[in-house]
Amino acid sequence: MKKDLLLFTVFSIFIMLAPQLFSGGYLMNVLVFVGINTMLAIALNLLLGYAGQISLGHAGFFGLGAYLSGILTTTYSLNPWIAMPAAAIAVGFLAGIIGFPILKLKGHYLAMATLGLGIIIFIVFNETIELTGGPSGLPGIPNLELAGIIFDSDVKNYYLIWGFTLAVMLFSLNLSNSRIGRSLRAIHDSEVAAQVLGVNARLLKVQIFALSAVISSLAGSLYAHTMTFVSPASFGFNFSIELLTMVVIGGLGSIYGSFLGATLLTLLPEFLRAAHDYDIIIYGGLLMLMVMYMPGGLVRGIPVLFRKIVKKKGES
Amino acid sequence: MLEVSAITQIFGGVTALDSVSFSIKKGDITGVIGPNGAGKTTLFNIISGIYQQSAGTVLLEGKDVTGLPPEKLARLAMVRTFQNIELFGAMTVLENVMVGMHTKSSSGLLACALKMPWTISEERRIRNGAIKWLEFTGIIDLADHTAGSLPFGKGRLLEIARALAVEPRIILMDEPAAGLNSQETLGLAQLIKRIRDLGITVVLVEHDMELVMDICDRIVVLNLGKKLMEGTPREIQESPEVIAAYLGDDD
Repeated sequence: MKKDLLLFTVFSIFIMLAPQLFSGGYLMNVLVFVGINTMLAIALNLLLGYAGQISLGHAGFFGLGAYLSGILTTTYSLNPWIAMPAAAIAVGFLAGIIGFPILKLKGHYLAMATLGLGIIIFIVFNETIELTGGPSGLPGIPNLELAGIIFDSDVKNYYLIWGFTLAVMLFSLNLSNSRIGRSLRAIHDSEVAAQVLGVNARLLKVQIFALSAVISSLAGSLYAHTMTFVSPASFGFNFSIELLTMVVIGGLGSIYGSFLGATLLTLLPEFLRAAHDYDIIIYGGLLMLMVMYMPGGLVRGIPVLFRKIVKKKGES
Repeated sequence: MLEVSAITQIFGGVTALDSVSFSIKKGDITGVIGPNGAGKTTLFNIISGIYQQSAGTVLLEGKDVTGLPPEKLARLAMVRTFQNIELFGAMTVLENVMVGMHTKSSSGLLACALKMPWTISEERRIRNGAIKWLEFTGIIDLADHTAGSLPFGKGRLLEIARALAVEPRIILMDEPAAGLNSQETLGLAQLIKRIRDLGITVVLVEHDMELVMDICDRIVVLNLGKKLMEGTPREIQESPEVIAAYLGDDD
């Protein structure tokens, strides 16, 4: 337990000092996205890596948070600090209601149902033009403001987003080491055995689905207020798959793994600019290679690889 | 303790159980035996709330628990183990037993995530409780191993330790000796007697006749979905009907 806290403290200090190390405007902007994607990957990981329940529609919850925040602060001129929790509660509530029937499904059927859910949300963003602005998007979303500081630059946004991301990480780390976290992992390994021991699997799955949606919604709101513009293209099926890739590549059931996966998949496109149209092929290839050669994800695979290299060096 | 009356289960057109009734006395070790396909596991799945029966009722300590889901039965102090041990393979041995303490703890999702002060003391209580049951079953030295890496016999003991952590008043064991060698089976017999000595009522489905005859106070024999007879191990061994059911009739 003490070791966990030390690791988290070191990690937080590293995150907070990072802007000093990598100054340079454009990179800061990318690192803001790393933070948002880390939150999203953790949200999906709580559901997939811990409880073992897949969702191919998480981009939808991300989008709902972004649009609700955007609409409430533009059309209804609400304060962003009120709009964000309001959006999160609404999305959590919606996920809870939808979760009850669809989490009865297992495996491929649950994948199909969540896929459908994501697509429906995406269509709503596109078609309810008077509300969302349709395909051309929703502009003019205000920046967040705290104690006179307006979060309108990349460096300020970096601290804003990473403040939230670190809080989500700590929250999730606590959860994973608790009786609830253990029960979720138990459901993952054998739902029937967990039930026999008194775990209300059905309720717990719905709770974690709703929590996962709430975190995704929060990430969406933060995205809307830092970008000041949202459009449906950011919340499509492709992005749900990208989130899934982050979680699997980073390591299922590992909070730091989600950070690694989100970092890799956010930075990778920057390095793959030249191969622009082929990035989805590269993602697919990466996912296949990871599943074949590093099924535990980067967070477990890298230490193994490192030990192998050290051993080889020792032999030669 | 447990009263089963007129349980009938029909799968499609097949009658797996046909109006089976018996009652189990508090503090006894009761064996449910019968040839393959007699309906033993189906009966267990119904009593433990995994299947819904077509007809019949189950009374637990006088209370009608017919159709209650397994998680509710755990709160009423009834727990079971599985024929093909159902461990949480990716978790450690200690964590497996800690899940067994679920009904004995109450911190909710948000309290755990925010690490409220009371969750910390509860966590300590859960850990200590789990350690106690690992000591009871003699696998405390494996506490930090991954459950999925255990040999089968140890896995069986872990499953029992995990079930005991629920602090049941009745435990159902589905073929606890299946897959164990003779040494392990002897250890299991001792363990089951020690569980009974804790005041826990034990019901087991078992094929190992030596074990059943050695430890059971009473035996219920099923054949082709019906109760063939019920009695002490001695009565069962001497019954021509039971012998016929197992060895086949000459006619």
